Amino acid sequence: MIKGKVWKFGDNVDTDQIISSQYLLLPGVAEMKNYVFESVQTDFIKHFNSGDIIIAGYNFGCGSSREQAPLVLKEIGASLIIAKSFARIFFRNSVNIGLPIVVCNEIYDEVDGGQSVSCMLKEGKIFCCDKTYVFNALPQHIMKLLNCGGLINAINSGYLLD
Amino acid sequence: MLGLNFVDMTITEKILARAAKKNWTKPGEIITVAVDWCMTNDATTHVSIDIFNDKLNTKKIYDPDRTIFVIDHNVPSESIKTTQVQNKMRKFAKDYNIKLHDGEGICHQILLEKYVLPGQIVVAADSHTCSMGAIGAFGTGVGSTDFVGVMVTGKTWLKVPETIKFELEGQFAQGVYARDLILKIIGDIKTDGATYMAMEFGGPAIRKFTVDDRIVLCNLAVEAGAKNGIVEPDEVIEQYFKRIGRCYDKNMFFKSDTNCKYEKKHNYNLSILEPAIVSPHQVDNYDVVVKIEKDNIFIDQGFIGSCNNGRIEELRIASKILKNKKVKPKIKLIISPASRTVFLQALEEGLVEIFLNSGAIVLNPNCSVCWGACQAVLGEGEVMISTGTRNFKGRAGSPDSYIYLGSSATVAASCVAGKIVDPRNLIK
Repeated sequence: MIKGKVWKFGDNVDTDQIISSQYLLLPGVAEMKNYVFESVQTDFIKHFNSGDIIIAGYNFGCGSSREQAPLVLKEIGASLIIAKSFARIFFRNSVNIGLPIVVCNEIYDEVDGGQSVSCMLKEGKIFCCDKTYVFNALPQHIMKLLNCGGLINAINSGYLLD
Repeated sequence: MLGLNFVDMTITEKILARAAKKNWTKPGEIITVAVDWCMTNDATTHVSIDIFNDKLNTKKIYDPDRTIFVIDHNVPSESIKTTQVQNKMRKFAKDYNIKLHDGEGICHQILLEKYVLPGQIVVAADSHTCSMGAIGAFGTGVGSTDFVGVMVTGKTWLKVPETIKFELEGQFAQGVYARDLILKIIGDIKTDGATYMAMEFGGPAIRKFTVDDRIVLCNLAVEAGAKNGIVEPDEVIEQYFKRIGRCYDKNMFFKSDTNCKYEKKHNYNLSILEPAIVSPHQVDNYDVVVKIEKDNIFIDQGFIGSCNNGRIEELRIASKILKNKKVKPKIKLIISPASRTVFLQALEEGLVEIFLNSGAIVLNPNCSVCWGACQAVLGEGEVMISTGTRNFKGRAGSPDSYIYLGSSATVAASCVAGKIVDPRNLIK
């Protein structure tokens, strides 16, 4: 079970807000993590703890295809991202790198950030403040990729959809 | 031959079904497709190379002749770190015999000029790969891991998208362009209005759109969240390939069937459109320029270029406005043609001379200001009007800068006026 404190963001959080263009050519994600959400919230990284959960509105991760966006969130220790909806490439990238990602509408309107949230991925359930929220299970193919630990592991183990 | 018996399908469904060796497919189905071209650029290739070297068991590229590396984001390099990252890419390309285009132009423009053909599938590590739809190909953006997957297996999985059809009719009024239309469409359907879907541009007016115009439309499809943008290839595309001397296969010119299923249809009458302006910091913050003119938005910088709007036609439009006029002294107008081919053409037509005489700064072909990491980076509080792809917060430099989006005409006219203005005032 995933468990952590939630950080709340609005709609249309784009990839430039997650990690700005000028940091993409830094040699590694570790160097980028100090700049995560730089334009959104000052000193975000200082307050975010490993294991915390990000919750957002519609269209999270819209914009560029940069895999550094989910990678840097994984690097700071985000254990789960919940949103009302995700941009397509961000969703794929997250699955490919093994960052759990969940679409759930209802919970967004009922949390303010700061609460403790738990999630059972396979069961499709989120728990917060004595309430249970249900989300749709991911398609079989995507679950297989996640179970392999991402796309590279899937290729290494010979699994590819045919 | 596969594909001859496709019925009641959209062009996107047909291209995907063919690449999956299927006679039929429908939206929502997850299929594995053979990919014709995969491409990655210097913004993220180092991430892919690390994955390939450190995590992947196989060390074999599926087909180096169909793998393309482009150095276009930070050109020429502005720092030691960037040079190191780009050299890593150059070495990898050499080691594995991968085609490398180094400083020749923006990746999507290179793909369209040199490689991609109608009906093909392009998967590339850049969100604006949806540009490929302009010639009737399927192009979609992916991240670094997906790119590696395609590079070593030659295929990828895709969910067949639903299609939104945009029926275009009528003709643009003077001073209104394809750029104004696509900004209006995104303003209408919003930045997630086409998430996971295909945006198909059709209707009687599209047949008069040039290839450049079609690229403008398809390129920005991702700004509405779309998987791909597409236009049925026609005589305009045939003429285009004849002109640039590339062979094509007419059997790969797919079209949507009369009875295919569209998720939604939107109608646009081009004759009533006006020059567009998109305010910070979202691509759907649309309005018509004439409405915000009175707000006196003074600018520090203008930018004409990018994979959306750096081709010869947009440069011609800008040159008509800038001819015998001067950019306001305090304003930097940056112009960067989308590729070396475009640059040479602009030189030949005398456009570069007009730009330089107007006081503009003409830069080498690259992503330039649209990417905000190596050229004309915006400072705190600065305002730019741009033909770039995005106006996200901090996209072109300081998190406290402001980007407005408009056509090359609107950018040129605003740089002459010193503030954001309707270009029709200068075209009359």
